[in-house]
This record gives sequence, C-alpha cells and structure tokens, in this order.
Amino acid sequence: MINLARRDVANHLGRYLLTGFGLGLLIGVTLTMAGVYRGMVDDAKVLLRAGGADIWVVQQNTLGPFAEPSSLQDDVYRSIEGLPGVAETGNVAYLTMQVRRAGKDVRVMVAGYEPGRLGGPPFLVAGRPIAQAHYEAVADVKTGFKVGDRIGIRRNDYTVVGLTRRAVSSNGDPMVFIPIKDAQQAQFLKDNESIVNDRNRLAANPAVNRPGQPGLLKAVEAIQTSSHRVNTVLVRVQAGHDPRQVTDNIKRWKHLTAYTNADMEDILVAKLIATAAKQIGLFLVILAIVSAAIVAFIIYTMTLGKIKEIAVLKLIGTRDRTIATMIMQEALGLGFIGFFVGKFAATLWAPVFPKYVLLQTNDAVVAFGLTLLICALASVLAIRAALHIDPAEAIGG
Amino acid sequence: MTHTEPAIRIENLTKRYGSGPTAVDALKGVDMQVDPGEVVGLIGPSGSGKSTLLKSLGAVIEPTSGRFTLAGEVIYDDGWKRRDLRALRRDRIGFVFQAPYLIPFLDATDNVALLPMLAGVKNAVARATALEMLTALDVQHRAQARVSELSGGEQQRVSIARALANKPPIILADEPTAPLDGERALAVMRILNRLAREFQTAIIVVTHDDKIIPTFKRIYNIRDGKTYEEAGEGRAV
Repeated sequence: MINLARRDVANHLGRYLLTGFGLGLLIGVTLTMAGVYRGMVDDAKVLLRAGGADIWVVQQNTLGPFAEPSSLQDDVYRSIEGLPGVAETGNVAYLTMQVRRAGKDVRVMVAGYEPGRLGGPPFLVAGRPIAQAHYEAVADVKTGFKVGDRIGIRRNDYTVVGLTRRAVSSNGDPMVFIPIKDAQQAQFLKDNESIVNDRNRLAANPAVNRPGQPGLLKAVEAIQTSSHRVNTVLVRVQAGHDPRQVTDNIKRWKHLTAYTNADMEDILVAKLIATAAKQIGLFLVILAIVSAAIVAFIIYTMTLGKIKEIAVLKLIGTRDRTIATMIMQEALGLGFIGFFVGKFAATLWAPVFPKYVLLQTNDAVVAFGLTLLICALASVLAIRAALHIDPAEAIGG
Repeated sequence: MTHTEPAIRIENLTKRYGSGPTAVDALKGVDMQVDPGEVVGLIGPSGSGKSTLLKSLGAVIEPTSGRFTLAGEVIYDDGWKRRDLRALRRDRIGFVFQAPYLIPFLDATDNVALLPMLAGVKNAVARATALEMLTALDVQHRAQARVSELSGGEQQRVSIARALANKPPIILADEPTAPLDGERALAVMRILNRLAREFQTAIIVVTHDDKIIPTFKRIYNIRDGKTYEEAGEGRAV
C-alpha cells in the first residue's frame, strides 16, 4: 500500500518543512522556558555545591545568609570546631554589588573566604588560587574578567589571579572570590567624609566623650569601625558522622542556627526563588498549552485543506483507518521536525541568555514525548473532521 | 455474472429528504436497467433528481425504498444488503467526475493503482494494472507525471483509468465532458464507448452537454423524480 502521508508531504515539502520550522521555533521557546526554570533552580543550588560544606551556620533564628541577613562574629568558628564530628570550618561573607569592567557595570556577588578553607571557588579553569592575604581575586568567567585584570571593589583594586566557572549567586549573578579580611573591610568600610562625620557625632555625644575618660571615645570609635563579622560559617562533617546530628549539636550548644545542605537547598529553592520559579513554571504551562493549541490548529487546518481529496479517497473506497493513519503520520512528522528544530534552536540561543539556561536531557526526552502526544491528540480532532467528510462532496450537485 | 444479466437494474427506487410536511421526494420511483458494455445518458433539468440518483447508485446516500441490483447482486432492497458500502464502491463501482479529482500528491500511476491497492492487491500487481489502464487510455507516457504536470485532458483520462482500475461492472460518470470543448468532449465519449465494449462495463453518463447527447443509443430522462426512457440518436463517435 502506498504511504499517503509520505506522498502528501513530498508533494508540498517546502510548506510542510516551513510549518515544522515555525512549530519548532515555538517548541524552542517552550524548551528555553523550561531551561530558564531549571537554570534558576540550578543557580540556587550551585552555591551549595560550590561551598563544599555539609552545614551552614548562621545567626540564630534567621534563614541566612541568602534568604535573610545573618551576622556572626568571625571567631565563632573556633567553638564550632570543638564540637564532635566537625572536620573543617570556614568563615564566609557575601555582598552583592556592582563592579565595572571595560566601562560597563557588572553585577556580581563578592564572596570573602579564608584561602585554603571552605567557601572558596570549587575549581579553577584558569590561573591560580588566591595566595596572598589581600587584593587578589578569583572571578567567574561570566563576569568577563580575565586573569590579570583588575577589579575595583569599594576603595581597593583586586588583581584577578584565577577564573572559575558556574559560581553564581541564587540570583544568577557571577561570583568574585576575595580574601575574607578584604570582604569584611568592603562590607563595613565607609568613605572618608562619613568617617569624619561619625567621629564628630561621637565626639559630640556626652555619653561616650566624658571628661576624665579620654579612652572611651577611642574605644567606641574602634568598635564602630571594626569589621570582625561574617555572614555564615561553613562546616564540613567528618566521615561517619551524621550532618543532622552535628547540626542539632550546633543549635543546642552554640545558640546559633544551623542548616544541613538539604535544609539550605529547601530555603533557596522553596523559599527564596519559589515565587519567581512559580511565575516561570506557570508561564511554561501556558506556553505549552498555547503551543498545543497552535499544533492542533495547524494540523486541523492542514486536514481541512484536503477536504476534496479526502472526500474522493472515501468515495473510491479508502478505509477510515488509512485516512486516519495519513493524518496521524503527518501530524507526528510535524511534531518530529518541530521538536528537533526547537531543540536545535534552544541549544543555539541558550548561551546568549544573560542568565543560565539549563537544557536537561530528561526535559528534552519528556518534551519529545509530549510533542508527539500533543500532535497525536491534535490529529484526533483533524481525524474526526476528516471522518465526518461526506464522500458525496466529491460528487457535484 | 452472466451476459444475460443487466449490469445494473433499478426498480421503483425512491428517495425522500426530511420528514413531515417539509419532506421532499427527490426520487419518486425510478426504474432503470443498463446492460454490460452499454453507455446510457442520464439527462434532466436542474433539481430533477440526477445527483440524488447518482449518489444512490454510488452507494453514497441511502435510498428510501426500492430495489437495486448490481451485476446480479442485490445491493439494496428497502435497505442496504451489504454492510461495507466503501468496499462496494471500491470494488464494483467506478466514478468519473466533472473535474478529474485526482489525488494531487500521487503520480498518474499511483492514482490509478491506489484502487487495487486498497482492495488488497500487491503494489507491483496494482501498478501493472494501472499501467495497463493508462495504456488503454493512451496516457501511459505520462505514467510518472504528477497531477499538476498533466493537462486537463490527460487528467480526465487518468481519472477514467482510475474508475476502471478494479474492472467494476458499472461506471458512474458525472458530467465528464462539461469543461471540454466539442472535439475533446466527443473524444471522451469515444473513449468511454470503447472501454465499455472492451471491459464490458456499463457506463451511466449524467450530462447536460448537448454535444454528446446525440451519441447515446439510450437515454434516461429524469423529470420530477421519475425516469423516462428514450431512444437516443446513437451517433457514431
């Protein structure tokens, strides 16, 4: 038996391919939207993977350091290290800011860490790790900086000595790693005018500038300008110890809040980006429905364009099954072309997006299945219409 | 089928559209008989019931009552006697339309071969049959041509070849010469007469065309839902 679908497609191949191409772009947009959603979730998790920690210790009763502000003394880690099961700790301070590169603003998240301890870049793709105590930085390649470039952070310049990849904040901003002391200074360092103003205000305050107590004013000034605070202490648990148990110990004995990686993932994904993710998820669903409707419309229109031919086919004795197979095969073919054009297009334009677009193979497989399913379902409408075509339409009068 | 049996015999066939006071009787007891190898004309004014009769004979619409025998097989007797009317149309009735209505995405051969293929004939055999029919219609040189590459006359000949592909006992031709000029119309009639003799197929030609009416030996004139048999001129083509 002749394959009617193949012949019909061959007869207007250009139009068919063009329709498939158009459909492919629509599928490409849907795949990209799924990729944006996945990328957003992955961005939220990448920081957890990059830190190399099992536990995140933060200010008591906060969801810090990303979902809520968290501030800890930078010597808290000493007491944590004394707890059973703690293998290693690391102070980390985060600050989101804008730096300039080649005359353009780049939004980055600066992470201060102690070189050689937890909280640093997960790996390097170029250059070397930070070796000096001050003014060296490792930047994510997405910042656009190269090894040897200088980054201005607050009042100091940092030399980029290494580059890392996929180190981003939960917002997708690329990260710049600097020594913790520099980060603390950057967090609290004020401009000269502010310092002078603050000193004058303190000096005018009789409570701290009492006659006969000249050392008090100096002491308060020193406290105000000190920067011995961090946002979180990362903890790596010794092998064989349960991170949950260590977390409970930290909470119980140190009057701090501690989260395991799973807890922190829940905070980042389920709380911090939940609304944005739902927004994109809903948009994805709507886009998928619109795509399905357009596919159905295309296939339906394609079938209605062949009313006369189908009437003749029915009149000369073609079985319904043969006609249905023709429509179904053409619909699936369209879905097949559309999917691969869409996948190619999404792969092509995903890197151009400013934020990470994660195109997962699993999503692609599901999308492929859904595309074919939608095409098959859409063709059912067209098949119903075709089967209702009266063969008498082929006969005039 | 024996030679004594008519290719088609219709007895008191009626067709009523609708019911109650608005019902319309399109056919009011049609009688007709056509022998194998015979070409008869079916003429009549617009609205006389020609199309209804053609659709009834083509098993496309169901008559209301009467009896209809095709090559000795009772097809309709106050109800269809066959369940699979599509197979009946495919195997036992050929159709030729005013416009060729070829399947545009098939070439000339496959347009003709499609019918035997639908009947379960193997592709190679069906294509050989198709080529035989195209040769009979003198369009074998266009066998591989797409429909869009065929002239109007060639398309009409391919459509006649398609009607003959399963060698049906009857062909229903609906205004097959309407778009053609005098000489081409007569050429089509020449072909239909030759094929009717060659394949012993009865051909009923519905027409308004004054150019071809004189070619029929017998004519059924349908008026107000009833047929009246008339002798035609039987002019040689």
